[in-house]
Amino acid sequence: MKELICITCPRGCHLSVDDNLNVTGNFCPRGAMYAKAELTHPVRMVTSTVAIASISECRLPVKTKEPVPKELIFPVMDEIRKTVVKVPVKIGDVVIKNVCGSGVDVISTKEIKE
Amino acid sequence: MINHRLVIIGGGSAGMAAAIKAYELGVRDILIIEKNAYLGGILNQCIHNGFGLHEFKEELTGPEFMTRFSKKVDELGISYALESNVLSISDDKVVTYSNAKDGLVEVKAEAIILTTGCYERNAGAIQIPGDRPSGIYTAGQAQLFANCYGYLVGKRVFILGSGDIGLIMARRMTLEGAKVLGVAELMPYSAGLNRNIVQCLKDYNIPLYLSHTVKKVTGESHLEKVTIAKVDEKMQFIEGTEIDFECDCLLLSVGLLPNVDLFNKLPLSLSKTRGAKVNQAMETEIPGIFSAGNVLHVHDLVDYVVEEAREAAVGAISYLNGELKHTGHIYDVNPGIGINYVVPQKVFLDDVKDSLSFKFRVAKPMKDINILITEGNNIIKKIFKPAIVPSEMEIVHLSKDLFKKESNEIKVYVEEKK
Ligand SMILES: Cc1cc2nc3c(=O)[nH]c(=O)nc-3n(C[C@H](O)[C@H](O)[C@H](O)COP(=O)(O)OP(=O)(O)OC[C@H]3O[C@@H](n4cnc5c(N)ncnc54)[C@H](O)[C@@H]3O)c2cc1C
Ligand code: SF4
Repeated sequence: MKELICITCPRGCHLSVDDNLNVTGNFCPRGAMYAKAELTHPVRMVTSTVAIASISECRLPVKTKEPVPKELIFPVMDEIRKTVVKVPVKIGDVVIKNVCGSGVDVISTKEIKE
Repeated sequence: MINHRLVIIGGGSAGMAAAIKAYELGVRDILIIEKNAYLGGILNQCIHNGFGLHEFKEELTGPEFMTRFSKKVDELGISYALESNVLSISDDKVVTYSNAKDGLVEVKAEAIILTTGCYERNAGAIQIPGDRPSGIYTAGQAQLFANCYGYLVGKRVFILGSGDIGLIMARRMTLEGAKVLGVAELMPYSAGLNRNIVQCLKDYNIPLYLSHTVKKVTGESHLEKVTIAKVDEKMQFIEGTEIDFECDCLLLSVGLLPNVDLFNKLPLSLSKTRGAKVNQAMETEIPGIFSAGNVLHVHDLVDYVVEEAREAAVGAISYLNGELKHTGHIYDVNPGIGINYVVPQKVFLDDVKDSLSFKFRVAKPMKDINILITEGNNIIKKIFKPAIVPSEMEIVHLSKDLFKKESNEIKVYVEEKK
């Protein structure tokens, strides 16, 4: 039996998982999915900001489009830190393609006109 | 003087949600007044994800969440004044604001919704003992610097207070290259959401020191050392429990307070939330002046902020249509045992359409309890909760016919199992 707190949403349900990966304590199905993933292969969303070429002291917020394996958080951050984008940029524009070979893109989360 | 039917002060998520709802209900003459150069409020700097699960059934970052609202505001053609700071509201609803282009502007409103958000308690407010070096910031200031301007305010960081912004900044500073040495929390439990403890502290092995607080800060011009110590039940330091952290930055995440400055000169009273006392329509004691979002009580979820803002918009429209009578059966709503506060504080039952909601926070973490809502001696609702914590606001919707008009007091309290 393993105890976990579901972090999928702010409700923070207390989950119990038995040896056959049966989950209890989850308020919604996402909790069971989270517990299974967390015990087999944990993933996290990474959010940060990147520099903008033409505007100093202004950052473009970005996120991984999907969660990435937990062990890739810092390698992803290293790539994000090296990145400079050109504006205009829209929400959802790809900022880094297939970051660290994860199959996941880093995308813009804000619109910046110029 | 300019006239507007509805003036909304503050263009954060609450202000935008209220404006959109009012528009949908048929009011066209709306003005949002916002002091920043952009709409969206605090969400502009909240670049992490975790917003909008109720509202959009997906998890968005702060900027993505607020953009959906600001786009809608533009689409509907709702007018807003940016870089315009509201200086005062008079009790006959004249709103005075100033900006660089127009100077001082007076707007006469038929109804007002105040959505000015909250501000952070700072070092002055909590009186930290020791030196007064530089390097001490509120967590929100550090967030603004990191996420909007790209500056890290420190390299070795200690955080006082386990509020959500502090936890989120522990992760942010770590990701952006700083070393976060720990988080101290005065109470025996965290002030932040569970999920933030897991994904901001545990993921990065950042220790959380419960029942600990800062005993001393040391540093001649810049911060050099923070000393924390354990406290007993009476919040007194326990000798010999001191731990020193050599650091160049102390972040404070020690609470948020509703930004009610504009209400201070008005003849209306504040509640235990430090926001205005309101009735079921989110209307203050001055008819036609409404309030919603963090300026009413500090929320942990933006989804509930926008829900409340819509309630205020519905209230404001009812007021403009002459439907809020303030007559008939009246209830005072009071927090009972185990409850810190309840919003609203007053209910005019005849003005309720079909149902109303009570929002409250409990005073401490509890397990296996019942929440009871009573009218006089009658229990009108009993809700079992397997677990409940002060960091999460609770919300209960009640249908109007549960109320029997037999008493003038509604109480919300906790029944603990023996
Ligand atoms: C750091 C942080 C992290 C959070 N994390 C999450 C999360 O993960 N998930 C989640 O769901 N919620 C989260 N929240 C909560 C939620 O996002 C906020 O509670 C919500 O955005 C508040 O909206 P608001 O409109 O009430 O206030 P604000 O967004 O603060 O808006 C108030 C607006 O009023 C303006 N204003 C103030 N005074 C004046 C004046 N005199 N004249 C003109 N304009 C004025 C301000 O400039 C501002 O734009 C977080 C909050 C914070 C602070
Ligand atoms: S189980 Fe569902 S409701 Fe509970 S925290 Fe996870 S996602 Fe949220």
